[in-house]
Amino acid sequence: MSKNIIVIGGGLAGLAATIKIAEAGFHVDLFSMVPVKRSHSVCAQGGINSAKDMKGEGDHPDLHTTDTLFGGEYLADQPLVQDMCYEGPKIIDLLDRMGVPFNRTPEGNLDFRRFGGTLFQRTAYAGATTGQQLMYALDEQVRRFEADGKVDKYEYWEFLSAIIDDDGICRGVTAMNLWDRTVQAFKGGAVCLATGGPGLIYGKSTNSVINTGAANSRVYQQGVNYANGEFIQVHPTSIPGADKLRLISESVRGEGGRVWVPKNPADKRHPTDIPDSERDYFLERKFPKYGNLVPRDVATREIFDICVNEERGVNGENQVYLDITPERSGQTAEALERKLGGVLEIYRKFQGADPLKEPMKIFPGVHYSMGGLWVSPVDDGGQIKQMTNIPGLFAAGEADFQYHGANRLGANSLLSCIFGGFLAAPRMCEWAASHSKEADQAIYDRELKRQNEINERVLGMTSGSENTFQIHKELGEWMTRYCTVVRRNEDLEKLAGKITEFEERWHKIDINDTAKPANQSFLWTRALWDMLQLAKAIVKGATLRNECRGAHYKPDFDLAMPEKDKMGIPTDTDVYREFVAALEAQNKTTYKPLPPKSGEEVAPEFIDYMTRWVEKEKTWNKSTLATYKEGDQPDISYLPTAMTVEPPKPRIYK
Amino acid sequence: MASSNGNDSSAQQTVTLRIKRQKAPGEAPYWETFKVPYERGMNVISALMKIRLNPETAEGRKTTPVTWDAGCLEEVCGACSMRINGIPRQSCTALIDNLEQPIVLEPFSKFPVIRDLMVDRTPMFESLKRVKAWVPVDGTYHLGPAEKISPEMQQIRYKYSECMTCGCCLEACPQYNGKSAFIGASVIGQSYLFNAHPTGKNLKGDRLDVMMGVGGVVDCGNAQNCVRVCPKGIPLTDAIAAIGGQVTIHAIRKMLHF
Ligand SMILES: Cc1cc2nc3c(=O)[nH]c(=O)nc-3n(C[C@H](O)[C@H](O)[C@H](O)COP(=O)(O)OP(=O)(O)OC[C@H]3O[C@@H](n4cnc5c(N)ncnc54)[C@H](O)[C@@H]3O)c2cc1C
Ligand code: SF4
Ligand code: SF4
Ligand code: FES
Repeated sequence: MSKNIIVIGGGLAGLAATIKIAEAGFHVDLFSMVPVKRSHSVCAQGGINSAKDMKGEGDHPDLHTTDTLFGGEYLADQPLVQDMCYEGPKIIDLLDRMGVPFNRTPEGNLDFRRFGGTLFQRTAYAGATTGQQLMYALDEQVRRFEADGKVDKYEYWEFLSAIIDDDGICRGVTAMNLWDRTVQAFKGGAVCLATGGPGLIYGKSTNSVINTGAANSRVYQQGVNYANGEFIQVHPTSIPGADKLRLISESVRGEGGRVWVPKNPADKRHPTDIPDSERDYFLERKFPKYGNLVPRDVATREIFDICVNEERGVNGENQVYLDITPERSGQTAEALERKLGGVLEIYRKFQGADPLKEPMKIFPGVHYSMGGLWVSPVDDGGQIKQMTNIPGLFAAGEADFQYHGANRLGANSLLSCIFGGFLAAPRMCEWAASHSKEADQAIYDRELKRQNEINERVLGMTSGSENTFQIHKELGEWMTRYCTVVRRNEDLEKLAGKITEFEERWHKIDINDTAKPANQSFLWTRALWDMLQLAKAIVKGATLRNECRGAHYKPDFDLAMPEKDKMGIPTDTDVYREFVAALEAQNKTTYKPLPPKSGEEVAPEFIDYMTRWVEKEKTWNKSTLATYKEGDQPDISYLPTAMTVEPPKPRIYK
Repeated sequence: MASSNGNDSSAQQTVTLRIKRQKAPGEAPYWETFKVPYERGMNVISALMKIRLNPETAEGRKTTPVTWDAGCLEEVCGACSMRINGIPRQSCTALIDNLEQPIVLEPFSKFPVIRDLMVDRTPMFESLKRVKAWVPVDGTYHLGPAEKISPEMQQIRYKYSECMTCGCCLEACPQYNGKSAFIGASVIGQSYLFNAHPTGKNLKGDRLDVMMGVGGVVDCGNAQNCVRVCPKGIPLTDAIAAIGGQVTIHAIRKMLHF
């Protein structure tokens, strides 16, 4: 029986899966392009959510669920989100037992802070390098299993493809040693892709340089459906750099950071000389309840709007202030250093200014992919949770799609990575145990041959005139320009045409290097093709989705909610649900009840808005599924969302 | 000459880099010089990125793009270490504006070169195994909350826990050379980190056995180079002193069999 299981990726999701699998007595071959300890998860700064209610606020996993579903505009799988939120507190306890140096309260309890899209202090954190600290804790446990011979690591190895037998079942992988370019086939009773997100498709993003999404694209090209690819999170606060966009964590706003621009756009004074009365704290002004901690998609659009549409960016540039100075945040410099040190250091190192002395200058940057490989949300009818539509092939972490809907709440990703890895592991063990018949050697040889042929072909690309990194740079510029914060169909169509052009140019690349060891030009060229395929899925999904939902915003299809403060628009959003129910019952003309709490009259434009909203919800509350078609645009189909936990309502954060 | 800040508007300004290259493990190194256009806020990594857009030496000769290791680009993954103007450090935080030109880039000298600026730091990860740098949890099943920890202890542990295995401390250390047995400062720091954890300390004896043995803490010559180069500002010499103390007590205990 095959006791060997393959995990690709040693970020939080991959390590979480590995630990559980090894603990269950199976052997793991763990692959990563970089030493697992250097995986992208180390970048996570702000924290990890769980409704442990350690601040006496009455927080509860049900409230965490509600916030997550609402924040994701009801596109996430509801029962799974609920399970995740219920597991959250246990996961935090486990991480604590593993020695994560979480920040503490004076009594020695775990400290929690606020993050976006919630009114509770729900985020546990270790300084401002939480991802690094969680990674190390899991990495240490995996090293322990490694020392016991239960895990073998293949670091500096790149996953190339799944090995699929004639019955369509995944039986292993091919992978390439990046230091000497040898390709090998590996047998595994089950395979999990925990390969992270595709941020590099956007050129510069907050992601690590390894986050090309190529691994995900490779199995997509082998037949795994790619779901909700169009939902790309653009984080409101990053600092643009020559090589990447560096994140300034949401925890800065969680600790009191305030976003503003001068009321007078021509105001050239040093920001510390501008008094509060002459500052426009526009998020606080527009969203009195959530203030600076509205969800990311909302904050990003507002900042974008201020800079691009209103042209009120600081010094006329695309930037706004983020103020965490002790005077404005209400915390001492010492406390801020203790809670946010890592982020403050990044700003100091790269911008040469001290955020405790003057406000930071920030702008939104591509950050996270809500979409990813389709995996089953249920264990039912031959489907297995976290398993893709290729049996035996699983996915977890940012690589999968189902926990964050149309917009991820801050500090929910680390949780979903660990939760998803934990969910996949026992299922992979079970799958491996029940599919133990040895596969025919021929399928391994066949796939190995195919991969070696692709390598030969790419290595033969030495007479063209195109530069592989240049094409990537342009791809990033185009994707960022046309497929991020604001999307328009005519732009998306242009973009799709451009990607086809990039594909043509790809064939004319001169790789400039045919050496064996660590040939990054060759490796990049292979990955670039895969990035282009995934870009097509993202763009087509975005083109067809004619609505606004979470991170996907198309002004041409904005329902234009009536002004909230106007007479007759209920302020209690639960009232909206009553309307939905009434509309559903087809009696909107006779539906009279007034909002029970507020007692306000309901304005006709509100009824009108709700009618359109319900219509939109019926049409669009479904997940996009892209299916790869060689040499063509992907096929797009849709899957309904499981709504068993709570019905949707319009997303208002005022 | 590099400017002290990136504000001057000389668009024609270029950055000159001299890079020590090597085609494959074991081969002889050679040098190449590159000139790339200056950009405000640029770091060494973005200069390397510019080279690969047009891999040509300063003399205009076509060459291969330079290979280097990188990940996060914000000094938290430890990948991008190299010698920059002779100093071991992270290339992602090495801002061009603060560097003397020509900027000299070399791979670490105490680890085998894979290619160009990329080296093999496997021994560092192996050392972490030797000192059992982990907390021995019983399992991942739910066992309730962990012990409380004072904010003071958390702050001490957090500092050591930021070690990203970048290897700068080893590259700078006169006692470490890849051939000697000395385990190096980072692992001593990690031993200290886990000995300070309420459960991690259950393996303290095993760790101190390693620290007592050949290549252990006594091999440190106290040159303090490690602390000076650690990009995370980890108080390595404090750990060295503390572990030194723990080793002494451990040795006496062992001698007296209790
Ligand atoms: C700057 C930043 C800050 C963030 N802060 C937070 C936060 O505070 N809270 C939060 O919840 N979330 C945060 N996030 C999001 C979160 O960090 C990521 O979503 C999460 O870490 C992804 O983890 P993962 O395990 O899915 O993948 P990753 O950590 O990206 O790991 C992917 C793994 O796959 C490997 N891999 C990839 N391709 C291949 C291949 N072809 N072959 C072999 N191996 C491969 C890589 O080597 C790596 O080991 C942040 C993200 C960023 C960018
Ligand atoms: S103090 Fe010890 S470990 Fe640090 S550099 Fe000197 S000899 Fe090396
Ligand atoms: S102790 Fe500092 S220099 Fe040494 S490996 Fe760790 S982070 Fe790098
Ligand atoms: S790239 Fe991660 S430390 Fe420099």
